[in-house]
Amino acid sequence: MKKEVYISETNCITPIGFDVVSNVKNILDGNSAIQKHDNKALLDFPFFAAIVDENKLDRAFANVTSVASYTKLEKMMILALQPIIENSGVKISHRTAFILSTTKGNITALENSEATTIESAQLSNLAKKIADFFGFKTEPIVVSNACVSGILAVSVAKRLIQANVYDEAFVVAGDLVSEFVLSGFNSFQAMSNAPCQPYSENRTGVNLGEATAAVLVTSNPKNAKVKILGDGSINDANHISGPSRTGEGLVLSIESALNESGIDKNNIGYISAHGTATPFNDEMEAIAINRLGLQNVPMNSLKGYYGHTLGASGLLETVIGIESILQNKLFASAGYDESGVSQAINVIEKNKDAEIQYFLKTASGFGGCNTAVIFEKVN
Amino acid sequence: MEKKTYIQAFCTIENNKIVLNGETVFESENTGFADFSKKAYQHFEIGYPKFFKMDNLSKLAFLGSELLLKAQNPNDENNTALLFANKSSSLDTDVKYQNSISDKENYFPSPAVFVYTLANICLGEISIRHQLKSENSFFIFDAFNAAFMADYANILIETQKAKNVLCGWTEFFGEDYKAFLYLVGNEGAIENTKQNLEILYNK
Repeated sequence: MKKEVYISETNCITPIGFDVVSNVKNILDGNSAIQKHDNKALLDFPFFAAIVDENKLDRAFANVTSVASYTKLEKMMILALQPIIENSGVKISHRTAFILSTTKGNITALENSEATTIESAQLSNLAKKIADFFGFKTEPIVVSNACVSGILAVSVAKRLIQANVYDEAFVVAGDLVSEFVLSGFNSFQAMSNAPCQPYSENRTGVNLGEATAAVLVTSNPKNAKVKILGDGSINDANHISGPSRTGEGLVLSIESALNESGIDKNNIGYISAHGTATPFNDEMEAIAINRLGLQNVPMNSLKGYYGHTLGASGLLETVIGIESILQNKLFASAGYDESGVSQAINVIEKNKDAEIQYFLKTASGFGGCNTAVIFEKVN
Repeated sequence: MEKKTYIQAFCTIENNKIVLNGETVFESENTGFADFSKKAYQHFEIGYPKFFKMDNLSKLAFLGSELLLKAQNPNDENNTALLFANKSSSLDTDVKYQNSISDKENYFPSPAVFVYTLANICLGEISIRHQLKSENSFFIFDAFNAAFMADYANILIETQKAKNVLCGWTEFFGEDYKAFLYLVGNEGAIENTKQNLEILYNK
């Protein structure tokens, strides 16, 4: 009998709230974090993105510590983790893992030409700074697997706990909007010049966003919100910068998660999908969802509220997805108007009440990676 | 964990030398990684022109995986997971990309460079080459983490997420590089343990 693994604490720091409650309220009110920015230091022309206000962040951070020597990303990660570590009552020990998910970490350190910059940009140093702040006793595990990193980190935590390597894992995920990623997505012509519209006929690309999210993954059922039933992370083996046209890796990842979960696919009541609003990604997802016969399951992308938060997105969207099923509410997929994918999918157009027992979280990313995780509500 | 897994083959690439299962199979003069990797590609008659579009990290990971997967039973291939890690992520390419955008007079970000600013792209390259529709994940540690690598490969096999696991420590920054790759499965001579991995890594 496999050990059962749960998520019992969640938190997130985003432009529309520094806790889960305020984020959910803004989603229900239809308030998106995406705004037009005109900042030549980031990009030569105005762009749409979801950016955390630094003054607001510093005020919140001052309540946690007076030490000032942290980067914006580090402050956001510490703020995400601090309340869940405190609330959980977990005594951090050698059986407590610390898992950090990011794609680019402190990449802005490369903008300075000083000799120390490489060390500041190393992801293991970012992880060590956060770990030292909280006194973690085990070596940090950094997951850096493109845009699936945030949800892959949950899967990694669950697998390590199930194998009895650890009793619990604090997982934090985060990425920032930087000149580096803005110029890169722009060079791919993947950016939308308006608020993004996942799955819509009118979608033209992504908005980038920044956020951190944190969860406690544990074998202890006390205060459990959801149980993690199954997961899979399978590569398309097709292309390094575009998704498989057949959705192969995503189909295989969801099948792997379903097999492990032991539940029938018809029991899935909600899909928190990736939905970046690029033409290829959203089309690929629609094909994969149809191949699996899941096209009638209500689904959304939260990118219309947060933009694409890269290594944070999978975990942030899991945190919001958990709230969705705990509150029996399905959130509208912001930016969606008319269908722009070749096969029918059930995109949630308006907030609505629904009893959901099981939900599926998916993500896909550069390098051909995909991840799927199935969660069950704990009543 | 109940079940034992085994290291079936291993390969080290460093200091212009490739050592497979303890035996030097290729060596060249110290003329830099670009030249070394090209000569190795020619020596092993790899015949995969996409190789020359890859960044250094992908080339390093690709060369090691070629040598280990070539010898593998083709029936096992499709269920071979990839479990990779390093210290410097994709920073070698990140620095090059940053240089292409830091000077406003000389600003030309390239998608062909940007795509390699993610550590896991090398897993995509290996997956495409060997058609591995399998579990893959990339981790970052300060140094080779033998305990984690042993545990996670065991988990993948024990939970039947994979039959074999191609594991790799592929570190590349500047002209400093080291790759240590090995194939883990249910049978073999060397048990997949932290101790054995540390011995092989430091050989």
